[in-house]
Amino acid sequence: MKISLSWLREFVDLPESTEELREILDDLGLVVEGTEHVGEGLVDVVVARIDEIRAIEGADRVRLVVVDANDGPLEVVCGAMNISVGDHVPLAPVGAVLPGNFEIARRTMRGVTSNGMLCSATELRLGDDHSGLMLLDNLIDPVVGMSLLEALDITPDVVFDITVEGNRPDAWSVMGVARDLATRLGRPLAQPNLAHPTTTERTDSYASAGIDDPDLCGRLTVSVLRQVKVGPSPAWVAARLQSAGQRPISNVVDASNLVMLELGQPTHPYDAAHVAKQTLRARRARAGETLETLDGVQRPLAQSGRGLGDTGEDCVIVDGDDTVLGLAGIMGGASSEISPTTTDVLLEAAYFDPMSVARSSKRHGLRSEASTRFERGVDPELALRAAARFVAILAESCPELEWLAEPLDVRGETPASPTIAVFERDIERLLGVSIGLDEATRLLRGLNFDVTSDGDGLQVVPPTSRPDVRSGVAGRADVIEEVARLYGYRRIPRRTPTWSEPGGLTPRQKLRRRVRDVLVDLGAIECWTPTLGSDAEFDLLHRGVARVRITNPLASDESVLRATLLTSLVRTWARNYERGNGDIVVAEIGNVFAHPSVAGSPRFTRGGEGGSFELALPEESERVTVVLGRPRDDATTSVALWVTLAQRLGLDDVVVRTCDQPPKGLHPTRCASLVDRASGAVLGYVGEVDSDLVEAVLSASAPRRLGVLDIDFDALCDRAKATRRSEFASVPSKYPSAVVDLSFVTPRSLHAQDLAKALRGASAVVESVELFDVYEGSTLPEGTRSLAYSVRFSSSERTLSEAEVALARNELITAATSLGATLR
Amino acid sequence: MTTSPLDDLADQTQQLLSNIAALATIDDLRENEAAITGRRSVLSTLQKSLGVLAPEDRKDAGARLQEARRVVEGALEDRRQELRALARVEVLAHDRLDLGDVVVSAVQWPASVGHPNLVAITQRELEDVFVAMGFTVAEGPEVESDWYNFEALNIPPAHPARGMWDTFYVDLGEPETVVLRTHTSPTQIHLMEAAVAENALPIHSVMPGRCYRRDTPDPRHLATFHQIEGLVIDRGIAFADLAGVIETFTRAYFGPDIESRLRPGYFPFTEPSAEFEVTCTICRGEGCRTCSHTGWIELGGCGVVDPAVLAAVGIDSDEWSGFAFGFGIDRCAQMRHEIADMRALIENDVRFLEQFS
Repeated sequence: MKISLSWLREFVDLPESTEELREILDDLGLVVEGTEHVGEGLVDVVVARIDEIRAIEGADRVRLVVVDANDGPLEVVCGAMNISVGDHVPLAPVGAVLPGNFEIARRTMRGVTSNGMLCSATELRLGDDHSGLMLLDNLIDPVVGMSLLEALDITPDVVFDITVEGNRPDAWSVMGVARDLATRLGRPLAQPNLAHPTTTERTDSYASAGIDDPDLCGRLTVSVLRQVKVGPSPAWVAARLQSAGQRPISNVVDASNLVMLELGQPTHPYDAAHVAKQTLRARRARAGETLETLDGVQRPLAQSGRGLGDTGEDCVIVDGDDTVLGLAGIMGGASSEISPTTTDVLLEAAYFDPMSVARSSKRHGLRSEASTRFERGVDPELALRAAARFVAILAESCPELEWLAEPLDVRGETPASPTIAVFERDIERLLGVSIGLDEATRLLRGLNFDVTSDGDGLQVVPPTSRPDVRSGVAGRADVIEEVARLYGYRRIPRRTPTWSEPGGLTPRQKLRRRVRDVLVDLGAIECWTPTLGSDAEFDLLHRGVARVRITNPLASDESVLRATLLTSLVRTWARNYERGNGDIVVAEIGNVFAHPSVAGSPRFTRGGEGGSFELALPEESERVTVVLGRPRDDATTSVALWVTLAQRLGLDDVVVRTCDQPPKGLHPTRCASLVDRASGAVLGYVGEVDSDLVEAVLSASAPRRLGVLDIDFDALCDRAKATRRSEFASVPSKYPSAVVDLSFVTPRSLHAQDLAKALRGASAVVESVELFDVYEGSTLPEGTRSLAYSVRFSSSERTLSEAEVALARNELITAATSLGATLR
Repeated sequence: MTTSPLDDLADQTQQLLSNIAALATIDDLRENEAAITGRRSVLSTLQKSLGVLAPEDRKDAGARLQEARRVVEGALEDRRQELRALARVEVLAHDRLDLGDVVVSAVQWPASVGHPNLVAITQRELEDVFVAMGFTVAEGPEVESDWYNFEALNIPPAHPARGMWDTFYVDLGEPETVVLRTHTSPTQIHLMEAAVAENALPIHSVMPGRCYRRDTPDPRHLATFHQIEGLVIDRGIAFADLAGVIETFTRAYFGPDIESRLRPGYFPFTEPSAEFEVTCTICRGEGCRTCSHTGWIELGGCGVVDPAVLAAVGIDSDEWSGFAFGFGIDRCAQMRHEIADMRALIENDVRFLEQFS
């Protein structure tokens, strides 16, 4: 909301500087987003009369204009064509500095010297007309040589751009901001001029009004104005509107807008001649009705609602023939618009149910200055005051104006004002500071709260302009917030609370950090890839699978929630590869989503209005995915990465087991599951990225093998699935250990890790078993390979004798033989 | 009956089909493709010869030729898929590796330097500050029902206050009832509901997480972003405690010469509500373009938990009170590193990522 300082000063005395005011407004929660200085750079501009216009030889775009600014004839070169001799225009003499820090210098063109510049409205930032010079004769009775600021009655001004929060409908006007300032600064608040009916003729002799649905329309007042002459507004009205960023249209429309900006009450003027039976009624729209709004759009009314809480209702204003004239509180219709020939006006000033306006405005995608005010809640008692202000403003340009007596005033349902008990201890309890009841009373009364002292407490009734103040405990918080706001948040002392419960991370959060640290230590760059992708991207690995879709995506390629991190990580690698930076390992820790219809365990949660029923939501699982893209990366480096990670995470015994049905996106013959031997749970997959996926992402054949590690982080966090090494730590033997290499020919079906485990368990003196060679070749029988292990034997009691080592060796061979292995 | 160039079409087609069937490898197919359906193929030659026919015969002959071409091209495409599948089977068989047999000690691990993600680093630092202040860290889901994202937070259905958040709706259930969370605040509700159910009050938690707003990305905003939310529910908690916690956090995270201040704001779920600002980290409060010459930067929102929120989760507001605050993790990162365009955060260009450690 743009508010000029001069407008505020009409209601409250404000000697403070712009900066001081900005601070005060910010501290009141009326945040100043920007300030603009109006009339800046016009100090040197004067009114000049055109005495002569001459062509310049060889120039057809510019002419020589001789002007008089009470300082003798002055020659100025000018490109504008909208001027004739005798016109009065603004002159910026040499040395003047125009808005935008534009300094006027003496210039010579085609042998002619220009001693200044004649200005357009745009150049002076006084309007948006840049079609020619600003012709002052249309605006004022110009006096040659007079300062332009004086001539146009412009006082250099400051315009604040203020954001008003949703719970401050009362502050969304010049008066509202002035009221806050007056209360904070302890100064009186002036009131605007209001008109009185000019005749004794009663309004009901001319017009009628009614409310059919009192739940939608809480108050409908109708004033009748006659002898209206539609024309331009007085200069001060136009200037006020412009300072607020609005364009002047006509005196009637401008008066309506000015009242809204000044008092916060939207009003709507109708051309009485186009309102059947001069009757205005508010009612629910019926299905099948339509309205052409002022923006020229035909709108079907009373459509079915969309989303929770939308009843689909519209409140409309109809005339005496029951024809819809406008969408109440949002936008009027074209048929009864004010036109240059309007002479009689019906002025509507009403109160509409905020929720009803909000629903209609959202459903129709139609927002207006009026609707945004009504949906926040306009003061229901403001209507007739606004009408009186409207008349006062309009009367300045329509001296004959008649306002009929006793405007129509029909009441529907308006919110009842609660009575809220506030004790000093309530203030102390909520704010942590003691504010005396006298001070609280003064602050609240400044905002028109009705405050009565009740022993050691206050009985507070909020004004009708504060519909945001609730009843009961919540209302008490609302009232105390007002006290705190006006008192000043910055005056509330800071206190550091302490509690005995320790802070900290959950085991899951610690594990996540650990995984991240280890991956980074091992050379991975952690990425953050998009959660939302396209259908095509989803189809790469999940064709035909139900997906979680966004109803209103920003772009169609951001419309589906991802089911894997793999695709986007491969894409990340590919993008960097294309830029010549492909020798990287990229990793991500993030959520993937499964539609409840395909989820292993959909999440059930409270949903619906009031959270009253159970709703199945997508399963969100967290995964850790790593794509290894350095030149020598492949399935084996991926396995090495996993083994290191597993060690660092303290996993007891997770084996890498070739899987027959690898997940899509992984290389079908170079993929293994990570199986926790104790629990049997699959913790993830390791292997290579399927080259088909790389090709699809890169739109070219895969330039190299990409390793992949994909971990189910939820399983990793589950101690029943991911078995941790015992915390028991053994002290190594101080006696030397004996190292024996054992090489077995084994069937391919015997897992190397299973054999290693069997070897470890075969004798009490085994210290460690390490696979160091795998050999396959024609010298071995079909379907077999050779596995060579380095075994260390030791005892904590003594150095093992050769006989003991031989015995242990035999025990290991026996164990291996029982699994189908033969010593080579 | 006159001779037509198409008299032998059936035989010629048959011949082409058997040629196709005889193609043995995908390379074979690529080499012979032009001869079968290309510009010099029999079919193309026949096409050109149709010119000799009388116009009335030409249409019919053209249709027959068209049909023959369709059959041949179809067969070629089928064969291509077959051969491709065969080639893939061959490659896969050749590639086959039993990953259980990998001798880890023999794997040559290529050297590379890793980097944690900027958002993760920032989140961790923020968490650490709060953990040191006695907070636990909690997390919540990204897809939420209307109840958690809005209604329980005192933002009733259809309420105009919803306009404060540009919401992505998820296509589940009735229209506009499931959303991508627009803030981390729904986690507050989960936390309070759980604490009430388990009789486990008080709560002192921060809740980091990914959020979504339907807002066209620009240098200062992303549609997907990260927030951290704080919630304290305890006995005797007041606005003064909130101001103190914000101040302690500000100094701990940004440094001793950075201050915080609160000014009135509006959030449906807190009353009183405040925006909190910190000394501009660029100009240290002197006034610069970044802070619009005010010396202050708006960081987030906060306030005393609204009684309506406590009521929605069944917490007795006579016994308990609390405060909540929230701000952007990415924003903190952007401020600290003076990142000109937030969109770099989701580009994942290594040259950007490598700068953080």
